[in-house]
Amino acid sequence: MNILVLIKEVPDMEKVRFDSERGVVDRSSAPAEINPFDESALQAALELKRKYGAHVTAMTMGPPRAEKTLQDAYARGADEGVLLTDRAFGGSDTIATSRALSAAIAAGDYDLILCGEKSVDGDTAQVGAETAELLGIPHAYYADSIEMADERTVRVSIENLCGSRQIRTMTLPALVGVTKNIGKLQLPTVDRKLGSLTIAVHKIGLSDLPALSKEDTGFAGSPTKVAGIEVPKAVERESRVFREDLPDFIDLLKKELTERGVRVG
Amino acid sequence: MDKKEYKGILVIGEMEHDHIHRVAFELLYKGRQLAEAAGESLSCLLLTGRETDASELCLRGADQVYVMEDACFAQPEESLFAENIVSFIRERRPATVLIGATHMGRSLAPRMAAALGTGLTADCTELKIADDGALEQIRPAFSDNILAHIKTMKRPQMATVRYKEFQEAELCEGAEIRIEKVKPYVKEHKGVNIEEIISTSDVDITDAEVVVAGGRGIRKEEDLQLLQELADVLGGQVGVSRALVDAGMAASSIQIGYSGNRVKPKVYIACGISGAPQHLAGMKESDLIIAVNNDPSAPIFNISDYGFVGDLYEIVPKLTEAFAAEADRKDR
Ligand SMILES: Cc1cc2nc3c(=O)[nH]c(=O)nc-3n(C[C@H](O)[C@H](O)[C@H](O)COP(=O)(O)OP(=O)(O)OC[C@H]3O[C@@H](n4cnc5c(N)ncnc54)[C@H](O)[C@@H]3O)c2cc1C
Ligand SMILES: Nc1ncnc2c1ncn2[C@@H]1O[C@H](COP(=O)(O)O)[C@@H](O)[C@H]1O
Repeated sequence: MNILVLIKEVPDMEKVRFDSERGVVDRSSAPAEINPFDESALQAALELKRKYGAHVTAMTMGPPRAEKTLQDAYARGADEGVLLTDRAFGGSDTIATSRALSAAIAAGDYDLILCGEKSVDGDTAQVGAETAELLGIPHAYYADSIEMADERTVRVSIENLCGSRQIRTMTLPALVGVTKNIGKLQLPTVDRKLGSLTIAVHKIGLSDLPALSKEDTGFAGSPTKVAGIEVPKAVERESRVFREDLPDFIDLLKKELTERGVRVG
Repeated sequence: MDKKEYKGILVIGEMEHDHIHRVAFELLYKGRQLAEAAGESLSCLLLTGRETDASELCLRGADQVYVMEDACFAQPEESLFAENIVSFIRERRPATVLIGATHMGRSLAPRMAAALGTGLTADCTELKIADDGALEQIRPAFSDNILAHIKTMKRPQMATVRYKEFQEAELCEGAEIRIEKVKPYVKEHKGVNIEEIISTSDVDITDAEVVVAGGRGIRKEEDLQLLQELADVLGGQVGVSRALVDAGMAASSIQIGYSGNRVKPKVYIACGISGAPQHLAGMKESDLIIAVNNDPSAPIFNISDYGFVGDLYEIVPKLTEAFAAEADRKDR
């Protein structure tokens, strides 16, 4: 079985700075890392590999430096990395990204495609399902467990869909988006980490994808345009902090709760 | 593409168990404002697996309701739903399509957008008609740290909209009921078999008016009982930070935050929670925020209305006792 994990490189959200005066995100302020939700997707792939045997490929679309993210994926257990990189892919929105990814996936031979719940920067949760639609294959999102029902069928448990948990089987190839609850990715071993520095990442550009036309990807192929961004200032609250006088604190809370119609008792 | 061929605002309704999910009523509230600003009509399409009274959608402002009813929709599955809705959209050509950003909506909408080759803006918190008549879609991104304003160059312009972001459209009893039944275009699930639908008994933390939340300050699972007692006295529910879920002390269904649930209760009491940005993303819009933490420099205090610096093991039981005593006095 060939498993493909879609991985996005994102800035480390703990470090990235947002300038509310100028309304910009300073991407250079933070190092890049694997989207945390995609770590769970990789973990799910490794677990399936352990149970059923599989070849795990990590694929990302991004700038040339995203090669490092694929090396990291290798260090964490992926067998191979594929990097989609080309000037023509720059400025892609979710559909333009999905067109490039689906063209590259169709050119390969993958049975099961895994993605994360969402990316912490784009934050749309759209790329997975759009890619599945473009490939004409079924998908499931919000899966917290995956198993093989038989060789060509995957069974997933969906945490919540229309208010219920759903168990569904899908004929391969299929795409599954996982939640973080599926498992936590282990840290790389020293050996894998050293090995990752010398692995050859397979690079794919626009010219390698005859099925993809230039107009369909990148900025030109993106139907959505960002008209502007704001970095909202955090809502100011009174922040009255007590260190003693618990009775006063309690009286104040009673008053506030009652005012809000909260039944005290 | 001629944008003028596309007219009207279409809301996609969603069923939850045997009723229409309330997000549809919120979409109708916002949809009505947009329809008025654009001088267009507002309609709603509902796919349902059972006989459903859709008149409430009319009473809440839809000029026209379309119902696609068939047993095949009893088991929600994105490909089948998307194929039917996309066929409907290709025929009727709405300019704008609004979908609730529920699990189903977020999974379904991108399939539709990809099939239609149009743009989709996820998880919008505000929508406006801009001066040029286009839909201006405003959404949080970068883990809720920024707000992006987005426009779609193609039609239809599609957006998913956060649940509980807008109020519900009011019921208007005298409104005209216009419901048209539409036949499904396809009925077979392709390559997908739904084996089981398991109703979860989990409490829906997003409905709670009071949330008493615990974080890593809670040392063992049993100690969550302290928070439960306070929640009971206030008629609320217990929530947790991700730290407790990762530690195996609580179910992810009650996790608050960016990778859990977003809540907006009347009162949020954070106990032993530091206030990491990913936690704040799930609760910072609560009406009243109260924090108990033994570290005076914990960031949670900055976004709280009231805070107490102290050991939660000591403070929380005292709050419970005080609020319970209040109740006793009232009962008498
Ligand atoms: C992609 C991503 C998604 C995430 N999603 C979420 C999410 O959805 N929800 C979420 O919560 N987190 C989320 N996190 C994790 C988040 O970054 C923090 O790690 C987490 O919120 C910390 O939980 P905490 O506040 O309980 O623990 P800590 O940060 O360890 O804070 C514990 C606090 O308890 C206080 N304390 C200790 N003992 C006591 C005591 N006896 N009495 C009073 N106070 C005490 C300490 O002073 C401290 O402030 C996410 C992270 C990532 C990367
Ligand atoms: N540029 C990308 N390259 C590879 N995978 C991606 C890319 N963007 C998004 N994905 C995948 O799609 C998921 C959803 O991302 P998003 O739609 O950006 O929230 C991510 O968790 C990844 O698995």
